[in-house]
Amino acid sequence: MTAPHDTVEVAPDPVRPAGLGPVGWLRWAWRTLTSMRTALILLFLFALGSVPGSLYPQRGVDPARVAQYYANSPTEAKWLDRFWLFDVFTSPWFAAIYLLLFVSLAGCVLPRALVHLKEIRRDPPAAPRNLLRLPHGESFESGLTVEEAAAKLRKRRFRVVTGPDWVAAEKGYLRETGNLLFHIALLVLLFAVGAGGLYGYRGNVLVVEGDGFANAVAAYDRFMPGQRVTAESLEPFSFTLEDFRATYVAAGAKQGQPLDYSAKLTVQDSPTSAPRDFDLKVNDPLDVNGTLTYLIGHGYAPTFKVIDGKGQVAFDGPVPCLANDQATYTSECVIKVPDAQPVQLGFLARFLPTTVPNGGAWVSVFPGAVNPTVQVFPFSGDLGLKNGRPQSVYQLNTDHLKPLGTMSAQPAPLNVGDTRELADGAGKIQFTGVKEWISLQTTYDPGRLPALLAAAAAVIGLVLSLTIRRRRVWVRIKDRQVTVGGLTRTEGGGESFSEEFSEIVTTLRPDEE
Amino acid sequence: MPAQVNEGLATLSDQLILATVLLYLAAMIGYALELAFGRVRTAAAAPKRELVSVGAGGGDVLPESRTEPEAGPAPWAVKAGGVAVVLSWIAWAGNLAGILTRGLAVDRWPWGNMYEFVVAICFAAATAFLVLLTRQPIRFLGAFVTLTAALGLGFAVLFLHVQAGPVMPALHSYWIAIHVTAAIVSSGLFILAGVCAILYLIRKDGRPSVLPSRADLERIAHRAIVISFPIWTFAVIAGALWADRAWGRYWGWDPKEVWAFVTWVAYAAYLHARATAGWRGKAAIIVSLVAFGCLLFNLIGVNVFISGLHSYADVPH
Repeated sequence: MTAPHDTVEVAPDPVRPAGLGPVGWLRWAWRTLTSMRTALILLFLFALGSVPGSLYPQRGVDPARVAQYYANSPTEAKWLDRFWLFDVFTSPWFAAIYLLLFVSLAGCVLPRALVHLKEIRRDPPAAPRNLLRLPHGESFESGLTVEEAAAKLRKRRFRVVTGPDWVAAEKGYLRETGNLLFHIALLVLLFAVGAGGLYGYRGNVLVVEGDGFANAVAAYDRFMPGQRVTAESLEPFSFTLEDFRATYVAAGAKQGQPLDYSAKLTVQDSPTSAPRDFDLKVNDPLDVNGTLTYLIGHGYAPTFKVIDGKGQVAFDGPVPCLANDQATYTSECVIKVPDAQPVQLGFLARFLPTTVPNGGAWVSVFPGAVNPTVQVFPFSGDLGLKNGRPQSVYQLNTDHLKPLGTMSAQPAPLNVGDTRELADGAGKIQFTGVKEWISLQTTYDPGRLPALLAAAAAVIGLVLSLTIRRRRVWVRIKDRQVTVGGLTRTEGGGESFSEEFSEIVTTLRPDEE
Repeated sequence: MPAQVNEGLATLSDQLILATVLLYLAAMIGYALELAFGRVRTAAAAPKRELVSVGAGGGDVLPESRTEPEAGPAPWAVKAGGVAVVLSWIAWAGNLAGILTRGLAVDRWPWGNMYEFVVAICFAAATAFLVLLTRQPIRFLGAFVTLTAALGLGFAVLFLHVQAGPVMPALHSYWIAIHVTAAIVSSGLFILAGVCAILYLIRKDGRPSVLPSRADLERIAHRAIVISFPIWTFAVIAGALWADRAWGRYWGWDPKEVWAFVTWVAYAAYLHARATAGWRGKAAIIVSLVAFGCLLFNLIGVNVFISGLHSYADVPH
């Protein structure tokens, strides 16, 4: 180092330097950044910065609610978005706090660890002149020798050095070790979280009963890779959803409350391996070599068959519906039939899993499919799919569609097998059956295990640093006059150390017969 | 899946909790009588035997001399305190029995919703106080701890009560035993610390008071936080492990996670402030109360005001 201003070295609390060269300024900045106070302020900012993430809807968690915020108050939403308040945890300012904290903590803890490594190997300091002036001191007459005193203290697991007429003993080094372990573990934890984000990925997919899924980027409905993830790095497993079963409370005050979700899968860990059965549940993800698949949602997918005006089968299959009421699973479905001739057909449908009539209307009273029916609202015209703009499969763009026949708010519900003829000879629609869908999240996060180990180390370090006290004891023996002095270097340890100190004095004192 | 609810036991549990509220209140009256008519501690003085091993912060520095109280306590007031201790143990047993019967009635861990959670936290706070009472002379705290427990239970019974029943599939995990239990235990201890911190702000030094000195109050608060902080850390980590099992990520900045983290940072700041920065007294106490506020917001506010993954906690509307 060729630092021209060595005088700054000793400043314990960096004051604003005047007339420093660039190197001096850098040093000052580094010292300020790595001071404990800065680390604490950054930690505070880290916590404070995460608060808006709990108050505003987050894109990464619930994009629908962000969209709703935009719809409700566009100007406010625009301003919030300028400050990344809908993406707090991926925002530049949050990353800045995170990185500064990381550097600050590293700069604070690593040098301290080196100092501690030296200190661990150093002998306890020699006895001060007047032991009785220490916070704990006692003196008595006895024939105790230096060697005997040292042995007794060693037995109490003190580290001991002796002089001609004194013994110095120290213990409780694990406190600082624990303290450093805790802080270093936090660094490793931050690192593991970051690495997991870079090398891991998350994907969401919806699978209907009877359908399969193969782990590839294209198979996902939504895929969120880390920056270092390539398509080839995905674990090549596949599975078929054989059956999904949701169980609900049938009667009583808690009627309709879900009790259990269970998805029966047939899994192939790799294209060449034998298929195996797996029962996927909420707290029981499918694990294929560290890539985990979780059951996170479910719903109904009634199946329909649409015959168009020319008598051709234009659609035949399941339609995943979104529940708009968790208690009854009344669900909204959209059926798009772009292949229908002579005009395209579109349907809104309301799926009622357990239908009961209710004064001219029909409602669902239970989330299980006890008496499933659908109410169908047909449209014809242009579905608007040709302009190439992406459309949600759960929304029907009715700009260029007109209702077929008279539109009633409560059309007569169709039971399974029922067919409804469409007006104007546009064809017919048949409700052919009920399937269920599940939504899955697949996660690969290589940072999980390191993060767990770091967290465990942090707890161990924390317990050590909060429970152990660093303490020193000296004994001086002069002409049968034994003086014992004690000192605890830990704030708050005084009272309990005084107990230990008097025990030590008792062991050193000869038995008075 | 255990969907059957033993209605008899569930009703018994509700009755036990009601009885517990009354018992805590009765105990509180006993403690209050002792406080009101017992001996008055003179300025900055605490009885000698006060907090022998609570770990007197800088006990080496504090002056050893203590002025003895001049007015002797009324004997019946001391007796009221003794009765209060017995009553609070009975209330504690009632609280425990209420929790156990609720758990047996539904055949699961009895902390699956806000009502059960708050009942368990009150139990934890009472336990922390009573256990500490067997080792430390902290009877003066009794009135405030039993009042807090009674208010907490009363709040749970009036505003949070839901019929005993099964829980969401997301809660079918052994992690509920680990994560929620750790959260309950640490919350109980933090409540004890919070009570001491509030008393600290009420207590004016230099004036005779029935309360112990500010230094003693601060020491109890500090000790409770020192014990509780690692447990809270563990609760957060266990929560992350459970989230990894249930939601596909160990940390996703769900509102509950955010506030658990904020609480953690606030208590960490308190420990740093007190240990390293050398903040003593009022400043540190205020930091601890800010942390306590975060804790309460996380326990109650997040479930009531913010929707998130933890909102299955089943708060009645």
